[in-house]
Amino acid sequence: MTIDLKTVKHISKLARISLEEKKAEKLADDMNSIFEFIEKLNELKTENIEPLTSIAVTTLRFREDKITSDNIREKILKNSPEKNDDFFVVPKVVE
Amino acid sequence: MTEITSLSLFELIKNIKEKKISSNEVAKSFIDRSEKSKKLNAYVTENFENCLQLSKEFDNKPNFDLKLPGIPIAVKDLFCTNEVRTTAGSNILNNFVPTYESTVTQNIWNEGGILLGKLNCDEFAMGSSNETSFFGNVQNPIAEDLVPGGSSGGSSAALAANLTPVTIGTDTGGSIRQPASFTGTVGLKPTYGSCSRYGIVAFASSLDQAGPMSKDVKDSSILLEVISSFDKKDSTSIDFKRNNYSSELTRNIKGLKIGIPKEYRVDGMPDEIEKLWKKGIEYAKDCGAEIIDISLPHTSYALPTYYIVAPAEASSNLARYDGVKYGLRSSGESLIDMYEKTRSEGFGEEVKRRIMIGTYVLSSGYYDAYYLKAQKVRQLIKQDFDQAYNKVDAILTPSTPSSAFKIGEKSNDPVSMYLNDIFTVPVNLAGLPGISIPAGTDKNNYPLGLQIIGKPFDEQTVLNIAYSMEEKINYKNYISDWWMQ
Repeated sequence: MTIDLKTVKHISKLARISLEEKKAEKLADDMNSIFEFIEKLNELKTENIEPLTSIAVTTLRFREDKITSDNIREKILKNSPEKNDDFFVVPKVVE
Repeated sequence: MTEITSLSLFELIKNIKEKKISSNEVAKSFIDRSEKSKKLNAYVTENFENCLQLSKEFDNKPNFDLKLPGIPIAVKDLFCTNEVRTTAGSNILNNFVPTYESTVTQNIWNEGGILLGKLNCDEFAMGSSNETSFFGNVQNPIAEDLVPGGSSGGSSAALAANLTPVTIGTDTGGSIRQPASFTGTVGLKPTYGSCSRYGIVAFASSLDQAGPMSKDVKDSSILLEVISSFDKKDSTSIDFKRNNYSSELTRNIKGLKIGIPKEYRVDGMPDEIEKLWKKGIEYAKDCGAEIIDISLPHTSYALPTYYIVAPAEASSNLARYDGVKYGLRSSGESLIDMYEKTRSEGFGEEVKRRIMIGTYVLSSGYYDAYYLKAQKVRQLIKQDFDQAYNKVDAILTPSTPSSAFKIGEKSNDPVSMYLNDIFTVPVNLAGLPGISIPAGTDKNNYPLGLQIIGKPFDEQTVLNIAYSMEEKINYKNYISDWWMQ
């Protein structure tokens, strides 16, 4: 299997990363050599194997539905690149 | 007295408790040496002024019952530190100043530790040489133009160069153990769930673990005791009874069974690694351990599994960097355009590569073929270890397939860079504790490490074997201070 330029561009759209043409070609080459290496897994038959989703054998803990933080609005907004009073500001979304 | 900066953590604590030196003197010594060591590029952010102030405050009101009384410590820049810039080695977090503290670092400050600064690392901990950092390469103090390993490369360099008495790193596929091996230091990755992941910039959540890095095994036991804790703020933190690792540390490992996995004898492994391993087996026997041949049949599938699981988790974790809530924002005509430009300018090449791989393996139509397949193979890898641990108490392997390489040597070939983690990655996939200890040198006099892998939650046995072997190996790191101005 090879990953072509069209696929790389589609994936970069999904990943929300803009790509220049030249970089996309390099990336396709890199991805192909990495996937060549990954294909090794196909040597193994795994039909009846349970996937390992979490190494920590724990059930998620419940907690009381109670507010535990004070008003941290300022802290949350502190690192935002652009804000307006109590809001994050982004480029216009609705026409 | 020997120079303060070359003392071990244990000796520093002892001297401070006996009032032979003050916290402020210790802080000054490490800061002075760090100032003269800029060429190593180990620090991303210095916290020297604050550190001096806090050390004075400690001396005015000392509490000698603490486990790290007034000890200055620099940490990997992947741990969020309240009001101190945290970059994860990335341009996208260049100006990020957290408003909260990671649990692991908070545990250190609670026991009297003082933040010295934030140490360089591969961008989002993705790398094995510290070359993917936005803040530039780090020099290995062992020799000029040699990589310090990665991703905790600033940590290993600062430690080996005596810029910090101990440090903490994070390990997703070998990022503590490999840099420790490359710099002649000790690095321990604890069992998954031992140290809280709260406040650590996430890379691959099912694999990430924080752990101690130190000049000797005893120091790692002291630091592990401080940082390992059950934490409600991390849903995968595990509530198990933690040992008093430093006081229970013993060199008596008589009768312990140590496994030697034949599959770790990989093709093209240099002779010197093979020799080191054989020497290690002899040392372990001298310590009273029983050596048993074992098999971990799926070893060769660990790296391909890792390079599906880790990028997949990374692509999800890094979706949060969108230029809205924090971090870099590039200007764009629309919201989507802004996202795409921000992520393109904010992430480096390796990070983009991994996000792309991760997005691809999780995308519609490919999930079963890649991600699900990898999770199934991960199960097989874990079962290999489960079966081996029916016969043995721990496993001994080399830490890396080579010594430290030159800066630039592997940076254009991602797969050859990935192969560096061949002995460390299976341990993360199975969630086990593993330690790297310096055990010898190669033909260039560059350090080589041995890895001891333990059963889940059995850090004590791992530390004890390492402590016992360390005495027999008697490794001395030769550092010439070539970088000092």
